[in-house]
Amino acid sequence: MADTQVKVQEKEPLFSKKNRALVTDPLNDNNPITVQVLGICSALAITVKLEPAIVMALSVMFVLAAGNVVISLLRNLIPNRIRIIVQLVVVASLVILVDQFLKAFVYDVSKQLSVFVGLIITNCIIMGRFEAFALGNTPWKSFMDGIGNALGYGIILIIVAFFRELLGSGTLLGMQVIPSSWYLAEGGFYSNNGFFLFPPMALIVVGLIIWAQRAKNTKLIEEN
Amino acid sequence: MDINSNKYTYTFAIILVVVVAALLSFASIGLKPFQQKNIVLEKKQNILKSINIVVERDQADEAYDKYIKESLVIQNGKVVSDPKVPAFDIDMAEAIRSSTDERSVPLYVADKDGERYYIVPLRGKGLWGPIWGYIALKDDANTVAGATFDHQGETPGLGAEIAQQAFQDEFTGKRIMDDDGDFKSIRVVKKGQASDDFQVDGISGGTITSNGVDAMIEDNFKSYIGYFSSLK
Repeated sequence: MADTQVKVQEKEPLFSKKNRALVTDPLNDNNPITVQVLGICSALAITVKLEPAIVMALSVMFVLAAGNVVISLLRNLIPNRIRIIVQLVVVASLVILVDQFLKAFVYDVSKQLSVFVGLIITNCIIMGRFEAFALGNTPWKSFMDGIGNALGYGIILIIVAFFRELLGSGTLLGMQVIPSSWYLAEGGFYSNNGFFLFPPMALIVVGLIIWAQRAKNTKLIEEN
Repeated sequence: MDINSNKYTYTFAIILVVVVAALLSFASIGLKPFQQKNIVLEKKQNILKSINIVVERDQADEAYDKYIKESLVIQNGKVVSDPKVPAFDIDMAEAIRSSTDERSVPLYVADKDGERYYIVPLRGKGLWGPIWGYIALKDDANTVAGATFDHQGETPGLGAEIAQQAFQDEFTGKRIMDDDGDFKSIRVVKKGQASDDFQVDGISGGTITSNGVDAMIEDNFKSYIGYFSSLK
């Protein structure tokens, strides 16, 4: 059961090897996107440009870390039968709170983010971590786990967005990277690949990342 | 205590919902004035941006008072002398629900370096939600001096590109009426096909948003044409 609690060791240092593994594991061996295949939908939707991908990665990090801590604090109080609803309420209210604060104090960031707020609530990584980790672990461990998984998610998002923006628009973070004299319109030989602007290309890029990752990290290859 | 009993489950659910509801309501009420202020300032910034005045948000109030000399309410091509709602406070989302000859819409008259500009607010539909913007016309009430667009939730990299400078710059120098004074609107056509004063290039991959801009310009300008013609 998910709510079986891991026994807390008494004098475990904050950054013990095990706790550090909570952050580093999701970066490679247990990456939420390429290994657990969670959060694919948002990886397809918002990786056209690098900037929104970074904003999304940071927002997910906040919601996931804070949500993990809240769920972990409540873990002995949440009735089993309504735990999914409780998790949903926690994510939704966190996201709304963040959105309201951003709108009031950093309006420009909130405009960047507004589309993705709904996507954060539905991001399966968040519910997945609440259910699989925060319900059975201490707040500090859950916090580390949240940061780790958000980093693992963010890295893939940023890699995909990097290639999509570079090859699809010829820009990075909105700045022209491919020399404009190369373009056909300017008498050059180059043209942006419009296919990269569409979600299927994100899926192909994620596929290539999974391929590259498994070629390097052979323990991820399943036995047939 | 048995945390899986019905009684506990209901109590927990009720407390949770009440706590969360209270928290969110307080946050919402407490932050509303700040949010409202941002929205008003951004509107002023956008109006000014259409005549190429770019100011920081905290200076928007001052600059707005400096450049915007008059704000009129227009209905069916005529100035409403005694409007119910001041021009700046007109809710465009509400206004565009009525037909073009019935709605009351704002017109901002700006004075920049001795030149007069007419700024027309726009509001329409994109792919996922509303899109809006401002188009400033020069003294002849025909040639576009500048345009600015924004959106609520168009796809980043595709439809959302209407908020980019490159797209907005295309409108500068375009016209809304032909030499005979007939309303032509500005058409947003397939990328690379804009050929005359009444067409701009759309966004590849953002066709529905581009079409939304196209429809928005035509629909919103209709209410003003009578007034602009009478200026000649």
